[in-house]
Amino acid sequence: MSAGQPPLDSPEIRRLTPVIGPGYTYGSVTDKISAIVLTRPTSIGWYIGFLIAFSVMGMMTVAIGWLIIKGTGIWGINIPIGWGFAIVNFVWWIGIGHAGTLISAILFLLNQKWRTSINRFAEAMTLFAVACAGMFPLIHTGRPWMAFYMFPYPSTMGIWPQFRSPLIWDVFAVSTYGTVSLMFWFVGLIPDLATLRDRSVQKPMKIIYGMLALGWRGSARHWHRYQSAYLLLAGLATPLVLSVHSVISFDFSVAIVPGWHTTIFPPYFVAGAIYSGFAMVLTIAIPLRKVYGLEDFITMRHLDNMAKVMLATGLIVAYGYFIEFFMASYSGNKFDVFLVQQRLHGPYAPYYYALILCNILIPQLLWSFKMRHNVAVLFIMSIVVNIGMWLERFVIVVISLTRDFVPSAWGRYSPTFWDWATFIGTMGMFVTLIFLFVRVLPAISIAEMRELVSETSEDEK
Amino acid sequence: MQHLHRSHIYGVMGEFGDPAELIHAVEKIRAAGYRRVNAYSPFPVEGLSEALGLKRDMVSTICLLGGLAGGVGGFFFQYWVATTAYPLNIGGRPLNSWPAFIPVTFELTILGASLAAVFGMLALNKLPQPHHPVFNVPRFTHASADRFFVCIEAKDPKFHLAECARILQEVHAHHITEVSDD
Repeated sequence: MSAGQPPLDSPEIRRLTPVIGPGYTYGSVTDKISAIVLTRPTSIGWYIGFLIAFSVMGMMTVAIGWLIIKGTGIWGINIPIGWGFAIVNFVWWIGIGHAGTLISAILFLLNQKWRTSINRFAEAMTLFAVACAGMFPLIHTGRPWMAFYMFPYPSTMGIWPQFRSPLIWDVFAVSTYGTVSLMFWFVGLIPDLATLRDRSVQKPMKIIYGMLALGWRGSARHWHRYQSAYLLLAGLATPLVLSVHSVISFDFSVAIVPGWHTTIFPPYFVAGAIYSGFAMVLTIAIPLRKVYGLEDFITMRHLDNMAKVMLATGLIVAYGYFIEFFMASYSGNKFDVFLVQQRLHGPYAPYYYALILCNILIPQLLWSFKMRHNVAVLFIMSIVVNIGMWLERFVIVVISLTRDFVPSAWGRYSPTFWDWATFIGTMGMFVTLIFLFVRVLPAISIAEMRELVSETSEDEK
Repeated sequence: MQHLHRSHIYGVMGEFGDPAELIHAVEKIRAAGYRRVNAYSPFPVEGLSEALGLKRDMVSTICLLGGLAGGVGGFFFQYWVATTAYPLNIGGRPLNSWPAFIPVTFELTILGASLAAVFGMLALNKLPQPHHPVFNVPRFTHASADRFFVCIEAKDPKFHLAECARILQEVHAHHITEVSDD
């Protein structure tokens, strides 16, 4: 760093690119955030948005109902393509969840103050994305009511799960991830639930928030243990989030299928997960700050930082694509070489080129400061990246399965109406849950914002 | 008279407007020899634990034990399933194929440690606890918003109502109130 330039985290720099607008006090951040839940009337826009999302979720319910009646034959899957949409969507959704944990745990450990106003809804997003993700392998079993077979329990049949199978690793990784994310989110919520309890006027609200707050009273002795527990959870969630997508990549890379059996998969899956997750955080944050007037809390600094994380992880993903190519050619393995050719010239080549466009080429615009500070561009970019990451999983699953070792085992895959109805339906479920969340819980951590106010007021002294 | 009164009160509480005043007050009160003192704040205040003389907490130890239980239990459970409960001979490969058990062992370590940290923290804090005497103070609703409180508890051997009120006045507390114990 050149002499005379202030260090990146100096008060001067912080004033220039604030993580919170000027002039806030403990009382005013509390009022502003809790008012969204407690006193602001529910807008017509909220009802309309919720109704649309809920209807789309209804379509998912119908699709799953029909699936349970008819079986997985209503989907486009058939041997040799047994995985199809269910696994593509599973990996896509779980990847989206990863940014929430990254923001709340890794950025917390790295003492990145800017995470404060985005961690709460990013964690909520993680939970809802995991809920959407978890549904796919469940319904993909064909008989979801038998899914408990995957858990080890002493059954009268005397059988046990096969712990050598990546699919069982998946069960443990995803259920641990869901549980830890839920605890992390809830522990963070406890002080804010106490705030809502103390500020709500109606009796039923007081009782509900009161029960959820567990009797939190802000005692110094409680905060003391609370901070230890929170720090420990952050430390535990960090290796967990890296392990979850690694384990998911094992579902592919432990198999010997061409295009799957490579060691680049775990890091490249994790980077891809964070990439798509940050894109989804932007997709939610940009409308949220606009609708609820939270521009002082979710500032341009936040959007800019998230765009930079997207750019960095996007480049790691690009490196992953390159290494896949390079290793296939360098190994000389004719099946791997053939698979690369199939990606470039096969029947699914348009998907591959669209993936390169969405994930590698378009995001290069983020190098420009102007683009990172244009909210509309960022919003469109976040959707482009989400589409790109979905295409990536489609390419991985479908091209490899349709071009196996012998031509007699080749096939084609096309999704049916019910595939699309289920997939789009889960987006409805996700958005429904987000709508409910911003209406009944504080979307920004009030307690942590007060801490931020305390620290920024010290800087000014 | 004093004794009769004492059984009905939980302590004396004073209110402060910012964290620096709170820490200053806690230090003064503890220097005066009071030991059953507690502070309440809307966010964790840096330096408050030291001012109150809180020791290292047990949460990290409980978390370690939970992680060990999850990891060791998880590994040997898989070992038992693979070698004893449901052995499968696949091409004569060893039944104890331990590298394949690592992912689940890892996940269960994290799960055990996280559950222990969260439930350990709640248990040590004696939460959930729906009611507590401090909630009897009407202004205490601000403890979850913008105000900081100090309470000298009646259980303190040195406790004397008038004396405690005086020391709170000395450190410039606002709204000094008795906290009734019911």
